[in-house]
Amino acid sequence: MSDLVWIFVGAMLVNNFTLYYFLGLCPFFGVSGRLQVAFRLGMATTFVMVITSLSSWALTTFVLPYAPYLKLISFIVVIASTVQFVEMLIKKVSPVLFRALGIYLPLITTNCAILFLALTQTSKEYSLIQGLAFAVGAGGGFTLALVLMAGLREELELATIPAVIKGTALSMIIAGILSMAFMGFAGMFSAS
Amino acid sequence: MTPEKMYDEFTKGIWKENPVFVQVLGMCPTLAVTNSAVNAVAMGAATAFVLIGSCFLVSALRKYIPKQVRITTYIVIIATFVTIADMVLEALVPAVHKELGAFIALIVVNCIILGRQEAFAGRNPPLPAVLDAAGMSVGFFIALMCLGSTREILGSGSIFGVPLFGPSYEPWVIMVLPPGGFLVLGGILLLFNWVKQRKLARRAGASA
Repeated sequence: MSDLVWIFVGAMLVNNFTLYYFLGLCPFFGVSGRLQVAFRLGMATTFVMVITSLSSWALTTFVLPYAPYLKLISFIVVIASTVQFVEMLIKKVSPVLFRALGIYLPLITTNCAILFLALTQTSKEYSLIQGLAFAVGAGGGFTLALVLMAGLREELELATIPAVIKGTALSMIIAGILSMAFMGFAGMFSAS
Repeated sequence: MTPEKMYDEFTKGIWKENPVFVQVLGMCPTLAVTNSAVNAVAMGAATAFVLIGSCFLVSALRKYIPKQVRITTYIVIIATFVTIADMVLEALVPAVHKELGAFIALIVVNCIILGRQEAFAGRNPPLPAVLDAAGMSVGFFIALMCLGSTREILGSGSIFGVPLFGPSYEPWVIMVLPPGGFLVLGGILLLFNWVKQRKLARRAGASA
């Protein structure tokens, strides 16, 4: 049980996917303009992560022992189809959200956090349950980072900032400071 | 195709449309593996191989790939080249391969590569596609080197593992840790903005 908690907290806070491993930076900088949209994209990404975790566990257990060189190709195909499914689901359930997410919804396919999740889970030989804890933790961490960033950027729109720093440069520096703050979690667990 | 046109296709990736500094694409590998200059070189080389190879193949096959499934086809082609690069690096330089870890595999989802297939290689004949890919690779390589060497010089006081400042230098450790990546890239983008604004201001001054 305790290792499940460690996997979950580790993926969410200590080794936060976005701020520690630099994964999923495209949506992190692209969609973090509005708080609500950011939160929902985080949820969609978490959902894709959970499905990917399940199916990559199935792949590593049943298929990959026979064809190890297919690892990357099979993972990416699974991720692409899951994203396609989520896209259809959101389009049906909430057309407004579908429009707000725009190009970033299909781009979840090329969100490196998801492929990284599948690969790490395989290389660490997590069981099905451990993999699920890992996926939920990672998704939660990604959502947390995205929401924090969106909140900060909404506030910044009201502030006067020098023209030269506006745009990506400012986001980058905020992300640096956030990442420093997350380094504070590093002392939470001593063993990894 | 005239030589000037070919030269243009090649050079636009280096400066005018630099994938990292101008288009802000491929951030994840850019930040994650640039804590030392050696890692930056390995990553740049692997990405260049995948980009040039897949651009050539995609552009050679562009008439046979159905429009509806083109993204999937591109991804499968890219994943094949990445698997090759991964195996080659593991065989030739195991130490660097271990250091880069999953990030070699993550070249598959590097937006620069898929972006070039969609924006250029899928619509142009092989020769310009390869030139375009080579230009983008050089631009990406330069960006990685800028970040990698800055972070290594500041964070470890060395370059390519050769110490620069002698034993009295107190390393600025945060620069090789994750926050340093964001801060250095933020600083470089700031510099770019500043140069661009000065240029605009000078042009406005000249026309007034």
